[in-house]
Amino acid sequence: MLAMNFRGPRQIRLDRNKPEPEIKHPYDAIVRVTRSLICGSDLHLYHGRVPDTRVGMTFGHEFTGVVEAVGSGVQKLNVGDHVLVPFNVACGSCPHCKQELYGNCNESNPQATAVGGFFGYAHTGGGYDGGQAEYVRVPYADVSPTKIPEGMDLENAVLLTDVVPTGYQAAEQGGIQKGDTVVVFGAGPVGLMAARFAWFFGAARVIVIDHVDYRLEFARKFAFAEAYNYRDMKDPVLFVKKATDYFGADVCIDAVGCDASGSLLQDITGKGLLLQAGSATALHWAINSVKKGGIVSIIGVYGPPWNLAPIGSLMNKGITIRANQASVKRLLPKLIDHIMSGRINPKEMITHRIPLEDVSDAYRMFSSKLDHIIKPLLIPPRAHAA
Amino acid sequence: MQNELENTIAEFQDRIIADRNLDTRTKDIPGWGMDADPENDPTYPMKHWNGADHERLNYEKAPQQPIDMEVLHSVERPGITRVFGNSTPPSGLSGAVRRYAYQFSEATATHWMTLILADRINVIEGKLSDLTHGILPNPWIERGWRAEWKHNRPAFISKAATTALLITAGLLLLKKKNKRK
Ligand SMILES: NC(=O)c1ccc[n+]([C@@H]2O[C@H](COP(=O)([O-])OP(=O)(O)OC[C@H]3O[C@@H](n4cnc5c(N)ncnc54)[C@H](O)[C@@H]3O)[C@@H](O)[C@H]2O)c1
Ligand SMILES: [Zn+2]
Ligand SMILES: [Zn+2]
Repeated sequence: MLAMNFRGPRQIRLDRNKPEPEIKHPYDAIVRVTRSLICGSDLHLYHGRVPDTRVGMTFGHEFTGVVEAVGSGVQKLNVGDHVLVPFNVACGSCPHCKQELYGNCNESNPQATAVGGFFGYAHTGGGYDGGQAEYVRVPYADVSPTKIPEGMDLENAVLLTDVVPTGYQAAEQGGIQKGDTVVVFGAGPVGLMAARFAWFFGAARVIVIDHVDYRLEFARKFAFAEAYNYRDMKDPVLFVKKATDYFGADVCIDAVGCDASGSLLQDITGKGLLLQAGSATALHWAINSVKKGGIVSIIGVYGPPWNLAPIGSLMNKGITIRANQASVKRLLPKLIDHIMSGRINPKEMITHRIPLEDVSDAYRMFSSKLDHIIKPLLIPPRAHAA
Repeated sequence: MQNELENTIAEFQDRIIADRNLDTRTKDIPGWGMDADPENDPTYPMKHWNGADHERLNYEKAPQQPIDMEVLHSVERPGITRVFGNSTPPSGLSGAVRRYAYQFSEATATHWMTLILADRINVIEGKLSDLTHGILPNPWIERGWRAEWKHNRPAFISKAATTALLITAGLLLLKKKNKRK
């Protein structure tokens, strides 16, 4: 089958003869991919920032597909079902899954206890080949995969596997109260969704900060946000302080993660010398921009073992940090409703529809932010079969 | 390493000790439980607390996926998870380095830095294996240069030119040095 194949940092190949996946466990299903997306999280892999990313792996954790085969223990899914597959591999029966922390399952990732199981996300994410391919092995098929509701656009369905719930949880973690001023760092797909959802929790002002002008422009339209370029600021923290009457924002959301730019010191120590896991610039700004007693929601991904962050301010200001991998399954019913009722139409942020064959170009375009790209969608040649 | 406290500890005792304390000790501790407040739960609504954490690892588990390949596992867990990804098992020199890394906990830089080292070795192994299979490097496609050429030509050209210039300058410098010797 066709599959994306990782050859090293910034080197992606299209494999033409990768063996098709097989059922390995009674709860497995095999899915023929109909749509898959490239995520900002994939860029951390692409840039070589996630330890135990092995050459030959197939990435991709945001995909929809048609069930082609099921293991002997699968009860709810049937061959022929068209499903959206949440990015978390979750067993459904460990204490974390039972408490709806599906992003923190204890039975899906042998390699790292700090990390849940994720499709196509290095061995630090469990060692699963992912959905930027024609077929995928989907474990625990009865737990997370969800039949695409009748009448839902396929592009909205595939965005429900990660970006939409992740953006929602970013806002939810902020504990936003009616009247709050919310600052979102990062105008990528996740930050855009977080900004959009901040209004759902009653925010009175939503401010998005990034350095890519076309994304800021999009944030104004898509997320009804005020949007500013930090390259136009000498000090983004001072900007937020002044913009909030010298009080600080009520809630700050870090939707950037370890590939942040904006600080030479962070870049040298994190991307050059590898003394920390990438750069924690946005987190640094978030902690310093939030009010005393405020909440910082971290949805951006950071790698092990550590990052430079101002813990002293955290304590002195009495800040609460809330952070997690999104728990997609928990949020699906609510978000399906938001889409079906027309309150949100996330597919507006899909700017590029690219054949799977051109996956190498797609990665480079997304990484270098070429051609005003916001969210690239990959379409496998066999998407329309049968 | 054998006598370190973590290697001599009796495993799976946490709940036994906790239950014993709840039965006997806590009633003698002045103020025990007085200020317990189930609402004081900063994880809500992300976590629907139901006490399952106190089951520890005694929950209902799926059957074990047959372990038909080498699976490295974190020393912070007792064994392999019931289900695991079957992509790219460890192999070659990078595999040996990974095996070493997995002897250390996820709290150590040794674990993660060694894995990053293994990843870089693995890239070289990948190139060698490509060559033995007659696959030549194709940066134009694989590094996305084609995409840069299409959408970002001026910047791409000037970057390529600068790189070429730097390499030529470096080579010339090396030549000079060698001559002097
Ligand atoms: N927690 C989860 O479950 C989860 C799920 C999906 C994605 N993520 C993470 O969310 C983050 C964003 O994902 P995305 O798909 O939107 O990625 P993206 O790369 O498209 O977006 C990141 C944006 O941040 C901007 N940026 C860089 N440095 C900045 C800074 N210092 N301040 C403000 N903006 C800055 C970039 O220009 C870019 O537009 C990534 O770290 C990704 O791994 C987390
Ligand atoms: Zn993602
Ligand atoms: Zn679980």
